[in-house]
Amino acid sequence: MSKRFSNLAVPVVSVLLGLIAGAIIMLISGYDPISGYAALWNGAFGDSFYVGETLRQMTPYIFAGLAVAFAFRTGLFNIGVEGQLLVGWLAAVWVGVAFDLPKIIHLPLSLLAAAAAGALWGLIPGILKARLHVHEVIVTIMMNYVALHLTNHLIRNVISDQSDSTEAVKETASLKSSFFESLTDFSSLHNGIYLGLIAAVIMWFMLEKTTLGYELRSVGYSQHASQYAGMNVSRNIVLSMVISGAFAGLGGAMEGLGTFGNAFLHSGFSGVGFDGIAVALLGGNAAIGVVLASLLFGALKVGALNMPIESGVPNELVEIVIALIIFFVASSYMIKWLLSRFKKEEK
Amino acid sequence: MDALTVLSIIISSSLFAAAPLIFTALGGVFSERSGVVNIGLEGLMIIGAFTAIVFNLTFASTFGAATPWVALLAAMAVGGLLSLLHALASITFRADQVVSGVAINFLALGVSLFLVKMLYDKGQTDIIKVNFKKVDIPVLSDIPVIGKLIFSNISYPAIVAIALAFVSWYVLYKTPFGLRLRAVGEHPMAADTMGVNVAKMRYTAVFISGLLGGLGGGVYAQSISLDFSHATITGQGFMALAAMIFGKWHPLGAMGAAIFFGFAQSLSIVGSSIPFLENIPAVYLLVAPYVLTILALAGFIGRADAPKAAGTPYIKGSR
Repeated sequence: MSKRFSNLAVPVVSVLLGLIAGAIIMLISGYDPISGYAALWNGAFGDSFYVGETLRQMTPYIFAGLAVAFAFRTGLFNIGVEGQLLVGWLAAVWVGVAFDLPKIIHLPLSLLAAAAAGALWGLIPGILKARLHVHEVIVTIMMNYVALHLTNHLIRNVISDQSDSTEAVKETASLKSSFFESLTDFSSLHNGIYLGLIAAVIMWFMLEKTTLGYELRSVGYSQHASQYAGMNVSRNIVLSMVISGAFAGLGGAMEGLGTFGNAFLHSGFSGVGFDGIAVALLGGNAAIGVVLASLLFGALKVGALNMPIESGVPNELVEIVIALIIFFVASSYMIKWLLSRFKKEEK
Repeated sequence: MDALTVLSIIISSSLFAAAPLIFTALGGVFSERSGVVNIGLEGLMIIGAFTAIVFNLTFASTFGAATPWVALLAAMAVGGLLSLLHALASITFRADQVVSGVAINFLALGVSLFLVKMLYDKGQTDIIKVNFKKVDIPVLSDIPVIGKLIFSNISYPAIVAIALAFVSWYVLYKTPFGLRLRAVGEHPMAADTMGVNVAKMRYTAVFISGLLGGLGGGVYAQSISLDFSHATITGQGFMALAAMIFGKWHPLGAMGAAIFFGFAQSLSIVGSSIPFLENIPAVYLLVAPYVLTILALAGFIGRADAPKAAGTPYIKGSR
């Protein structure tokens, strides 16, 4: 079986299997799967408002997905996207609230702060991995919790005076778009979607067209071979985590400067970072795949909110479907095996 | 407050918070010692907590005071079932074990919230009436000093958890079954050559981790949260994972680490009532377990090495 075919077939089959499993679950629990999925579709693409919401939800998913995918290509599993996103969110809002600058400087500065904060949160596990061979999965999980508690502490005690949220960011740092508001019937879609698409192009260019990207991918395939070829493996690992963290931090800026316009206390994780893992996996860790997968997940998440209203199906069904999709992608060995079985029988 | 009372409060609330972590961390030890990384502990705790609460609410009138214990059995059973899915993916289908674990976490949360909506038509369950309380253990609490420090104002699950840690240590290090389980996690090919069924050992180990993860979730739900919602288990499973690593993949180490984390957690709650801790900002106590785990991993508190074959599927015939 050609590699290109299986690269495309595995995600498509996984999504189909996930949706079928979701339909079966709806049937068993006494709901109507057709009206359930119809409600999902209407809630995601039914009119311009819903399309706007779907694209808005897609924006942080692109960044989170790119962050996970970028690290993955260097052979690193960045589970810490959630934490990097939270610190990026806070950093962007902090700069957005604290300064009075013209938009042309203020907005880029806020974004830069988010990227830098995320990068710093990726730097620590990167250095520990490169220098001391500490497994990045555990360190990034721990960093998530440190980020959660630290950002809550800063919001409550440093940026605001015992309040549950910061002030709204200044107009000059906001990503809000009056053009999109008039186009999509006042959905919360903001200019971040452009940045997401640009980021995807940057990631593709960086990985596929530059020496740095070649080295990063090479380290992902084989650390030893890269070492023998004279590449600095440690430096590449740290760099990969830093860039990955910067993507994640920008994802947080999308929420802080665009969707919500402020930062607030989180009792738990936002979930965007963890969904980013699903996005990256489904997208085959490639830039274009991530964009498509984040569109799918954005639509699923936003459309789900319409399911209880129109068809009475609890919106948590979508979480189950997403979980099953990840499960099927992870078990790609089984899908490839099944596909090759079908191919043989055709002959 | 005299020193003894302060110490008694700290010990009692530490053990209370640590009990669910100990169970789950022990589950992690079994799974990872056999070579299967289990990030899904969080999901196993979620499904355990959900099952225990639903069972408790439904059967409280049937079983009376024994309800929490029977509910724990149900939580274990469902946790075990869910873990088999992780085993199927990571052992038979050779999935990336971390990814499969992440899927388990998503799945557990999705399924349990879906069912809560279906069963109760709202986002969270009612609060259970029959729960695990802090009690004075009969006879033992009458021992001078120790009785007051350890055996009074304590929950039974905490005692069971500590006992289970010693049982796990005995099973893993003193029985043929334990030797085989560890062999499969260190060098599956060697174990296979000696006639150990690698897949079967790993399935068993992951199943045990499911039982214990469900148990941990059930204990947490019935002693600490007392109801089930999306926010019931937020990170307890990852905390248990951290305890397992901090404890260097050893049952007694994991227990010690879990008690330490319980201590850190309880400090952030009772700290304000203890004289020399009241001035420390809560955020330091909140992040302490995580920072300490990172430091431990970085080798500042002695090196911690994972079982050699952890994370890699065993494919017969490959070198």
